[in-house]
Amino acid sequence: MEIPRHWRLKKQRYGLVGEVCPHCDHKIFPPRDVCPNCGDEAKEQFAFSGKGEVYSYTTVYEAPAGFDANAPYTVAIVKLEEGPMLTAQLTDLGEQPISIGMPVEMVTRKMRNDGDERGVIVYGYKFRPAPLHTTA
Amino acid sequence: MTTPNTQTSPTLLKPVKPVGIVGYGAYVPRYRIPAKEIARVWTGSKGGGLPIKEKAVPGLDEDVITMSIEAARNAMLRAQIDPTELRAVWVGSESHPYAVKPTSTVVAEAIGAVPSTQGADFEFACKAGTEAMVAVMGIVGSGMGRYGMAIGMDTAQGKPGDALEYTAAAGGAAYILGPAEESLAVINSAYSYVTDTPDFWRREYQKYPEHGMRFTGEPAYFKHITEAATFMMEASGTTAKDYKWAVFHQPNTKFPQRVASQLGFSMEQIAPGLLVTNIGNTYAGAAVIGLTAILDIAQPGDRILMVSFGSGAGSDAFDILVTDKITARQGLATKTQEYIARRTEIDYATYARYRGKITMK
Repeated sequence: MEIPRHWRLKKQRYGLVGEVCPHCDHKIFPPRDVCPNCGDEAKEQFAFSGKGEVYSYTTVYEAPAGFDANAPYTVAIVKLEEGPMLTAQLTDLGEQPISIGMPVEMVTRKMRNDGDERGVIVYGYKFRPAPLHTTA
Repeated sequence: MTTPNTQTSPTLLKPVKPVGIVGYGAYVPRYRIPAKEIARVWTGSKGGGLPIKEKAVPGLDEDVITMSIEAARNAMLRAQIDPTELRAVWVGSESHPYAVKPTSTVVAEAIGAVPSTQGADFEFACKAGTEAMVAVMGIVGSGMGRYGMAIGMDTAQGKPGDALEYTAAAGGAAYILGPAEESLAVINSAYSYVTDTPDFWRREYQKYPEHGMRFTGEPAYFKHITEAATFMMEASGTTAKDYKWAVFHQPNTKFPQRVASQLGFSMEQIAPGLLVTNIGNTYAGAAVIGLTAILDIAQPGDRILMVSFGSGAGSDAFDILVTDKITARQGLATKTQEYIARRTEIDYATYARYRGKITMK
C-alpha cells in the first residue's frame, strides 16, 4: 500500500504539473525544487501543455505486478513541447502504428489498483496519438 | 380535522439571476462494438432488427473519472475561465468507480478547481447528469457562485445476452454554467417531472441492472418525457415549431424518434443530437452529449429543447437559447463528431476483456 505516495504525487500525475525556474525559465518535470539547468531554487508551479512527441518506445509483454491486466502495452519516452522528457504509457492506439517523432498528447487515465481491487485506484498521465482536434 | 391544502400548481424552475452555458465538452471512448457482433454471439443472428448500429466501449484504462476529466477539460477550453472560480463540480453517473469515494473530487483536482468548491456525485439512473445541471443552475442563479460544473457520464453495463447489452455504452458531457451574459447559450428555464416507477434498477453489489417487464416504454420513458416537455412548452408559451433543435434521452434509435414525433418535432430537428445509433446509450451522458453535438453546429438565435429521462423515474426539460458567443467557442475543443469519427472496431472477445466480463479469479 502506497497511499501517501499517490496522494503526494497527484498534482503532477493528474495534470502534468511541474515547475518553472524563476532564474533561467527552464521547465522542470517531475518537480524537484532545484533547477537542473542552473542549480538555483525552483519551486514555482508550471502546468505543462501535455503536447509532445515520441522520442523512443517499446512494447511490454511481461508486465510488472499491478500492470499485468493491461498487457501488452506500449511505453514511450515522450519529449514534451516545453523541453523535459518523461516516461509514460501510450494509450488509445487502436491499430495505429507508432513511430519516433509521432505527436502525442496527455490524457489522465487509470494506471492500476493500489494492491488489489480493494485498494485505491491510481490515476495518472498517459499519452495518445495527437491531435484529436485542431483548433478551428 | 382538515388537512390544509399546501399543493401549488407546478411552475418552471427559473433562477433569480439568468443562467447559461459558458462552456461544454464531450467525451466518447475510441472503441466500438457493432450490435450485430453481439447478436452473432448470443442469437446467431446476422443482424436484422437491432436497436442501434454500434456502441462505444471504454478502453482498459478508462472509467467515469477519466472520461469526466477529459469532458471537463474540453468544457474549460470553451469557457476560458479560471478553474478556481468553479463553486461546484458535480458528476452524475450510475457507474461511479467507487461505491464510497467521490468521483467529483478527483475530477475537481485534475482540472485545478480544488479546494473551494462543492464536490458530489449524483445518482438518478440516466438523468443524473441533468439533475446536476439543475442543481448548478441553483448555485449560479442564486448568486452563491459565479460558475459551476455539471457532468453526465457513464460506462454502462448490460447483462451478457440481455437486450440492454446491445446498447449499454460509454460517454457523456460536461457543462460549465455561469451568468447568462457570459453564456454561449442561455437556459431560459428547466422543469422536472418525477414519479416512483419500477422500470429499471440495480441492487447494491449487483453488477448488472434489471428491467421491469412492461414498465420500460409507455409508463416510464414516454410518460415522463412527454409530461415534462408538454408542461415546459405550455408554461413557456412555445410549440415544437419554436425550437430549431430538440434532444431527448436516447436508449435506442426508435424511442427518441417516436417521442419526438408524439411531441410534434420533425426528424430534422432531432437529427444532430441523435447519437445513439453510432455510440449507443450513454445513460447519464445520453441527453447531455446529444446537446453537445447540437451546440457544435448551432447558430446564434437557435432555440433548443432538451429532455432527459432517468429510470425510477423522471425527466428534466430545458429550454435553451443560443447566443452570439457560440461561434467563437465551438472550435476551441474537440467536437463530438470528431470523437465519434475516431473509431476502432472490436470483436466480442476484446469487448468482454475490456468490460471485465471474464472472471480472472
